[in-house]
Amino acid sequence: MRVAYYPGCSLEGSAIEYGVSTERTAEILGFELVEIDDWNCCGATSGHNTDKLLSIALPARNLAIAEKTGLNVLAPCAACYNRFRNTEHTVRSDSELKAKVEQVIGMEYKAENETYSILNYITQEVGLDKIADKVTKPLKGMKAACYYGCLLVRPEAHTGFDDAEYPQSMDNIVKALGAEAVEWAFKTECCGAALGTSQPEIGQKMIAAVLKNAKDSGAECIVTACPLCMMNLDMRQKSAEKGSGEIFNLPVYYVTELLAIACGDSPERVKVNKHFVEAVSYLKEVSKRAEEIAAKEKQQAEAKAAPAEEVDEEKIQKKIQAFIKSLQKNPDKIAAKLIEDEERAAILTEIVKNDEKKIQKLAELLATDNDKAVKAAEAYVSGELKKREKSKE
Amino acid sequence: MINDAVKLKPADKADKDLLAKLEQEAGTQVSLCYQCGKCSAGCPVAFAMDYPPREIIRLLQLNMTETALNSNSIWVCATCETCSERCPRGVEIATLMDSLRREALRRGKKGDNKVAAFNDAFLRTVKMFGRTYEAGILLQHNAVTMQPFKDAGLGLPMVQRGKINILPVRIKGRDQMKKIFARVQEQREEK
Ligand code: SF4
Ligand code: SF4
Repeated sequence: MRVAYYPGCSLEGSAIEYGVSTERTAEILGFELVEIDDWNCCGATSGHNTDKLLSIALPARNLAIAEKTGLNVLAPCAACYNRFRNTEHTVRSDSELKAKVEQVIGMEYKAENETYSILNYITQEVGLDKIADKVTKPLKGMKAACYYGCLLVRPEAHTGFDDAEYPQSMDNIVKALGAEAVEWAFKTECCGAALGTSQPEIGQKMIAAVLKNAKDSGAECIVTACPLCMMNLDMRQKSAEKGSGEIFNLPVYYVTELLAIACGDSPERVKVNKHFVEAVSYLKEVSKRAEEIAAKEKQQAEAKAAPAEEVDEEKIQKKIQAFIKSLQKNPDKIAAKLIEDEERAAILTEIVKNDEKKIQKLAELLATDNDKAVKAAEAYVSGELKKREKSKE
Repeated sequence: MINDAVKLKPADKADKDLLAKLEQEAGTQVSLCYQCGKCSAGCPVAFAMDYPPREIIRLLQLNMTETALNSNSIWVCATCETCSERCPRGVEIATLMDSLRREALRRGKKGDNKVAAFNDAFLRTVKMFGRTYEAGILLQHNAVTMQPFKDAGLGLPMVQRGKINILPVRIKGRDQMKKIFARVQEQREEK
């Protein structure tokens, strides 16, 4: 499986962990990333805030280069992904604009290929079952809030691979890794990344609202597939805490980091130690929990398996038949095994000789529970002795 | 009370043309809006706006486009698309916000806002190198907005973590980039 790869500026700078862990994800799941030759910046929010044609032309140059290779495109950065989808959509539906775009970039561009985000590439092209095959260290005990934000799911007409209000693709990936995906209300709420540098006072309030809802819903960490969300929720978490007077202390992970780690990578290998909110110790805590849970599950499985062996009817029936035979042939030998006292053992031999029912009963008990057989034998003897005493009187 | 009343004026040709241009660029029509307020209810930044999204649409319906262009709403809008996604009438509010921002820029209305300054700084590095140059943007942006030390508290740890390239990354097709920016500029002037 090959896909044209557009890392985008973030994955080579502020989101270096996302870049490294995306490459690891591809290696682990077995698809090849073919980097788009001499790619340029997609223009991001600044592009479409400034000029519509520019906001289409900048992504179009990359897409036109990729189109020549005939491959679909993977753009892990949610902002690039959104701009690319917008460009494909616009060029397909507006032939006048298409002509202008081709003139501006000086290349032919038909918008025949499709851009994927990491979420739909994994869920739709690779398949969740592939993940299950590769997980060696399941993230059992992790409580994660999957955060999609705006760019991956809106506008639905452009993105469209998941629900705009209640998306599930990331939740499903995280669950396939063994973690618990908590239900929460702010999955697709905007964190205000666009305002982070320009209007931080406003942005801070939006960040705090998202973190608070995650925490209140029982999440212990946040998972994202967007470098802007990461920058906002991770790097600016401290200042959001200061502004809101609440302590969140929520580590934030890229979904690809978690995938690599659940498939055996060390947190350092995918650079989790580069985060602002310390994020390695929670992973340690989770792996401890996972071991405990695994041990418990193993115990339970064994407990279930053990009685199953005893219930093997055929074996028991054979044993019972064997005991009946020996009780009929050599009652004295078995009596001696059951009762130490010779006199009492002799009495048991007497009883058993004349009583088919007791033979049957003793054989059943001998086959299943020796202690009970001993008790029953003693009871028979005591009962016989009492009878004899009575008859004497 | 009567002094608070808004004086409406009928739309003349210029007003109509302006609205038509904004609508065409955004691919939507403000007359569809029935003022239900769902857009404002879901907007995560409404708390910081002078006119929440429903009111922006109302301003356009009432031929008060000038007020909309002068609002701070268009600059705090985070382009999150929640409003458009939820509008029961299919009004593309978010793309209208985009169009308004761009129109305000064309008229040289950058106000006291730092958004336009940031966008300028960002795009200048793309034009020069073909890639964003984060360190350069932070410096330029802070110089323009006269806040040389803002985000410095964050910039330094970014550098220490190896997350900001001190030097810009340059692509080979830099002359192509210059041409793209130049041709876009030509198109804009033709209009
Ligand atoms: S949601 Fe749509 S119809 Fe309702 S007020 Fe907003 S723009 Fe108008
Ligand atoms: S796109 Fe802008 S106006 Fe619409 S909900 Fe988001 S922030 Fe509010």
